[in-house]
This record gives sequence, C-alpha cells and structure tokens, in this order.
Amino acid sequence: MTFPAKFEFLDEIREFIAEIARKGGFTEKEIYSLQLAADEAATNIIEHAYEGVSNGYLNVTCDMVGNRLTITMRDTGKPFDPSKVKQPNLKADLSDRQIGGLGVYLMRKLMDEVRYESNSKTGNLLTMTKRRG
Amino acid sequence: MEITTQELKHCDLIKVTGRVDSSTAPAFSKALEKANEAGHFKIAVDMSELEYMSSAGFRALLAAQRNCKRYNRGELVLVAVPVRIREALELAGFTELFKTFGDSITAVGSF
Repeated sequence: MTFPAKFEFLDEIREFIAEIARKGGFTEKEIYSLQLAADEAATNIIEHAYEGVSNGYLNVTCDMVGNRLTITMRDTGKPFDPSKVKQPNLKADLSDRQIGGLGVYLMRKLMDEVRYESNSKTGNLLTMTKRRG
Repeated sequence: MEITTQELKHCDLIKVTGRVDSSTAPAFSKALEKANEAGHFKIAVDMSELEYMSSAGFRALLAAQRNCKRYNRGELVLVAVPVRIREALELAGFTELFKTFGDSITAVGSF
C-alpha cells in the first residue's frame, strides 16, 4: 500500500496496520503497540528521510506469517538509520529531557525486531516484526 | 482531535479528544501555548476521551510542562489517562514528569 509521505496520512497507515493485526489475532494492547511503532517509523521517514521534500511516497506492507507480523516501509528519501539514533535519557530531569530519539526508542521497545537497509538504487527499507502473544 | 479549553478559577482545564499524532500535535501545542500566553500556568489536561497519542503529543506535553513549571509559577497535570496511553508514557519514562489524577474534579481541586 502506497501513502503520500505526509503526516495527514498517519491515521490511514495506523488503520491499515490495525486491520491486518486484528485479523491476525493480536490483542488490542498489541495492536496499539503496532500502530504506535508504525506511526513513529512513518513520522521519522516523513520528517528526516523526506526532509524538505513535499511529494515523497511511502510504501508500507504488513503481513502475518505464522504468529509474526512484519511491517515494512520503503522510501526513496535520504538514508535515515534509526539504529544510529542515540537512546534518549529516560531518567533526565524535566529541564534536561530530550525528546529527540524517543520515537525510535519506542519502536525498538514495542517491536521484537527493527532492521534498516539503505540501497542507493532501491531506496531505504525499514523492517519491523512482532510476535503475537 | 478536538480541544476545548475551560478557564476555571484556579486553573485551565484543557480537554483533548480523539487522536494526537504528528499531524494533529501542532494544534494541541498551540492550545497549551495559548493558555501560557494568557498567563495561565496551572493546567489540567483531560485525556478521558483521548484514543491515541504518539511521541509528537508527548513532546507537546513536555514543552508545556517546562513552560508551566518555570519560576515555580505552575504545573501541568494529567487527568484520566487511558491505559494504552499510560503504558506508552511509562515506556517513554514520562510518568514521573507529570502528576496524574483519576478525574478532573480532583485535578482541579489540587491547584
């Protein structure tokens, strides 16, 4: 499924993920986690990979294989590797609290696996998986 | 997402409903900033009908809390945080930055 790389489409991306996860037998708590992880991933792509680009596209797939749900997101923007994002300090005081990196941190916490590949020909590919139960 | 702001005697009660993500968070931020610009730094955010909040919403809450607490002039508290949103806030280590109340009457009464 292809979505314009705009924040206005995050709702549709979350719905797309939820529908497949629901059919796949995930609990409501797990579905919320999957939606949040997909939202944070798509937000990062729109914000960073497509920084300054207004007509980018985001190709999202979501598939159940056995008891695992795999979400992929493909974009043709600048490489943005979430694994290179520094983990935020979650114990810092209010004044020192950094919000950057929080989305990536949530993705890693909510999903079992997050992988990233960048290819100069085919673009960037983010793969996230989560087991049911 | 919809926002309604009630200016009460001791604090502002801001109710945010629906979904806060990167698309809607700017309007949520704006509502919080507007209260601050009016000199109101005691804010209760009613989340009882909030369905979803991503880190974009957390960012808005964090910025508002910093502004409210500056010079000890106030505080932002959370009201009736739905379980899924509370779990995400916990995961982000945010729960210790905000007092939370079960209902708006108690929250308003705390100021």
